[in-house]
Amino acid sequence: MLKSFGKLGRASFFALSALVLTTAAEASDISGAGATFPYPVYAKWAEAYKAKTGVGMNYQSIGSGGGIKQINAKTVDFGASDKPLTADELAKGDLMQFPTVMGGVVPVVNLAGIKPGEIKLTGSVLANIYLGKITKWNAPEIAAINKGVKLPDASIAVVHRSDGSGTTFNFTYYLNAVEPAWAAVGVNTAVEWPVGLGGKGNEGVAAMVGQTQGSIGYVEYAYALQNHLTYTDMQNKDGKFVKPSYEAFQAAAANADWAKAPGFYLILANQPGATSWPMTAATFILLHKTQDKPENGKAVLKFFNWAYADGDKMAKDLDYVPMPDNVVKLVEGSWKQVVDASGKPVY
Amino acid sequence: MALIDDADLNRIRRIRNGRLADIFFRWLTWSFMALVLLMLGGVIVVLVQGAAPALKLFGFDFLITAKWNPVTDEYGALVPLVGTLATSAVAMLVGVPASFAVAFFLTELCPYKLRTSLSTAVELLAAVPSIIYGIWGLFVAAPFFQATVEPALAAWLGPIPLIGQLFSGVPIGIGILLAGLILGLMILPFMTAVMRDVFETVPAVLRESAYGLGATRWEVVWKVVLPYCRTGVVGAVMLGLGRALGETMAVTFVIGNAHRLPKSLFDPATTISAALANEFTEAVSDTYTSALIALGLVLFLLTFIVLAAGRRLLLRAEVAKTGGGK
Repeated sequence: MLKSFGKLGRASFFALSALVLTTAAEASDISGAGATFPYPVYAKWAEAYKAKTGVGMNYQSIGSGGGIKQINAKTVDFGASDKPLTADELAKGDLMQFPTVMGGVVPVVNLAGIKPGEIKLTGSVLANIYLGKITKWNAPEIAAINKGVKLPDASIAVVHRSDGSGTTFNFTYYLNAVEPAWAAVGVNTAVEWPVGLGGKGNEGVAAMVGQTQGSIGYVEYAYALQNHLTYTDMQNKDGKFVKPSYEAFQAAAANADWAKAPGFYLILANQPGATSWPMTAATFILLHKTQDKPENGKAVLKFFNWAYADGDKMAKDLDYVPMPDNVVKLVEGSWKQVVDASGKPVY
Repeated sequence: MALIDDADLNRIRRIRNGRLADIFFRWLTWSFMALVLLMLGGVIVVLVQGAAPALKLFGFDFLITAKWNPVTDEYGALVPLVGTLATSAVAMLVGVPASFAVAFFLTELCPYKLRTSLSTAVELLAAVPSIIYGIWGLFVAAPFFQATVEPALAAWLGPIPLIGQLFSGVPIGIGILLAGLILGLMILPFMTAVMRDVFETVPAVLRESAYGLGATRWEVVWKVVLPYCRTGVVGAVMLGLGRALGETMAVTFVIGNAHRLPKSLFDPATTISAALANEFTEAVSDTYTSALIALGLVLFLLTFIVLAAGRRLLLRAEVAKTGGGK
């Protein structure tokens, strides 16, 4: 009985939050919903933008899946997702998308006596750990690339996300790109993991890795820094081992060719370049191409125009990589696709 | 002089008002009752409606499939179902004897002066929010289990056939065993409070005459107190079980949230409520959402069956008791 109330409560909570989103869309403030990964920087931008222009931006970090759902239901002015939509998906929903900031997904481990950057992994080794084929820290595959590192004879406790997540999408996309055997698991915001423990959110994975000896997990770079976790070096597409850093994410992003990506469908995993971090990821904004309320669409684009111009330092402070200027030019050029009912661009 | 004076008039008015209030109150209570039934019905309708697409697609196999694959959109409830039952079983194995012992101590052995303060302390445990148990489990208990408890259990119980299988595998702390133990700890105060209350309903005469006949404390509790309040004790256990089946947050922290069929108590798994809490907001495809709602329906039915079975058991015990008394 009690449980049935709980469920009803949850249902009415969802109904309520939908209601809140609807009303927010009618206010003069900009409303958006979606990915949790860029939430810190969007919140910071919103605060600064409000102080400057008086226009508020109300962003609900409900997850990439939720962002896609909300923009399709037109309850928000824009949706946000770490997983880019394909050209087909965009066409189906009359949507367009553009990237805002980039960051890195980093493997983190909990091994006694090993400090950040002291252990190296390749994409193939990482995939085989997550496939359950490499189960010991002193396995020959790991030992071969970590000569001189004292690896314990301990089982590997694999940690993954338990909720659907854009981070998981980018992580599995990378593993699939570098290890043919990963095809059995597939690429998605949530997958059927062959091994491991699930933690809820980046925080959950960070906490579980922090608490479990011999564990490995993957989180956004900022979470590894904040939680003082031991990140690993990774081998990139050029065969070089690199440390996760702002510069390494930027190098990967610079090599990416956005001009040749229709609808900005570009996943930054496994990019070429000697200094590129292999698991770099961008996060995206979704907008309806035909705006029912052109003034809202214009307000959203004005906000991101300001963010591209003045928001770089705020993003860097939070360990995000701003989009390079040439990409910003491309993005702002694509905004003419956003039109009102008569076909006139709103921006 | 009037036939009816003011005082009489007031009395009549009061009675009439009282009768109106009575009618009003009856309707009020009725409507609240109806509201409860309406909500219950609403929950069932919504659950069945939401679960229908997934159940139509997977049929009965939904209950016996261990697959949970968002990539290929194939779902089965077996793992969360097994996880829910296994954690609740561990919780009951630990919680029932422990709460019985605490209630026994509080009513029979505890020095009178300490009784109230100790009872309050136990009840305070029930006021601790479940997320606190979860955080404690993840940050304090899990590392301790990984380093000390689970290797010790594996060394001690591992070699025993059959039972040993339950205590094998890689000790990572997080898993069914820890989740079950934390659940047991969480339901302990509820069961203790109810058991203590029912133990105290035993008439003093019964207890005293048993002691008078030379019965030991154990005999008094086992042969007099417990048979007298069997119904209440079973009720307490059912209350605990109901809570254990549906507990979400604390379990989510320490179960490991893995959709894989566990082979031992050290393995991670997931429960129905943990899966719902983790996956509902990001379930993108319609089948995914529907499968999650179907999980909710399974939990609803499971709880319903458990509670109904408990009721039946009690009813039968009652009949047996009155029948035996004739």
